[in-house]
Amino acid sequence: MSLRSLIPLFTFLALVIALAIGLTRDPRILPSELIEKPFPDFTLDNLDDTTKLDTNIFKGRVSLVNIFGSWCASCTVEHPLLMQVSQHPDIQMVGIDWRDERPKAKRWLTQYGNPYDTIIFDPDSRLIVNLGVVGAPETFIVDQSGAIRYKHVGVITSKDWNKNLRPIIESLLEVQP
Amino acid sequence: MKYFLILLTALSLATTSLAQTSETQEARAREIGSQLRCVVCQNQSIEESEADLAIDMKRIVRDRIAAGDSNQDVIAYMRDRYGDYVLLKPPVQSNTYLLWFGPFLLVLSGLGWFILRAKRKATAPLIQDLSEDDQALLNRLMVDES
Repeated sequence: MSLRSLIPLFTFLALVIALAIGLTRDPRILPSELIEKPFPDFTLDNLDDTTKLDTNIFKGRVSLVNIFGSWCASCTVEHPLLMQVSQHPDIQMVGIDWRDERPKAKRWLTQYGNPYDTIIFDPDSRLIVNLGVVGAPETFIVDQSGAIRYKHVGVITSKDWNKNLRPIIESLLEVQP
Repeated sequence: MKYFLILLTALSLATTSLAQTSETQEARAREIGSQLRCVVCQNQSIEESEADLAIDMKRIVRDRIAAGDSNQDVIAYMRDRYGDYVLLKPPVQSNTYLLWFGPFLLVLSGLGWFILRAKRKATAPLIQDLSEDDQALLNRLMVDES
């Protein structure tokens, strides 16, 4: 058999390999357009409905912004990790309560614990769409100047935390004066 | 009575014009919505989708139109946030050339290959020169026949 006759077979194999690689990629992970850009402007109530919040909350602090909701089942999976991170005194934990009702969210937080220093209440996806968020949970790292430095889609596993998020937060904390 | 009539006509005129603007706005919102991908369901436009996020995105499209955005502005707004991905029809740009022109390239190369092959076949000699042994054998057989 000549090598020439094998060309179709090799072409086919190359196609199979290309498609197989395509299958392993998660179509839900979309590129974030907002990396290195300032956190979008917003004015929304906090969960307790006692004050209005805007981007000033990010000034001078390294923040972990986490999108959650009492309806979000997988949010409970990463919740223990967030509780642990909240022990860190230099990280500001910001929650965005998405498409939720206040009493339900409060009940949820009493049940699982509240890792957040500040909670933004976004029932109509106003901030969510501005952030290009697709689903909860999703997590952003925001630096002291209020710029988005990292986006994580889905549950943060301890592996994700140690490999991706923690190093970025630590490097941001180092530059703090 | 006269004043009342004037008021009534003024009111009805106002409401029809209001209804008309909201109707054209709705038509525009539908047109924009049909070009935007529902990012949770991925193969539907937000206009077709009933997903929570799509419903909120539809409302934001309508809000932006009401705020005076052009169709392009609204699409650019979504694209700035969700990336090219939010467009159901991928834009023609350097990283999508393969996607847009690849199929034509494949057809053309297939056609080229086919033509080349057909040509080679046509020009190939049908009968090749026989080797000396074969010629001798043929000669012998021919002699036997006759």
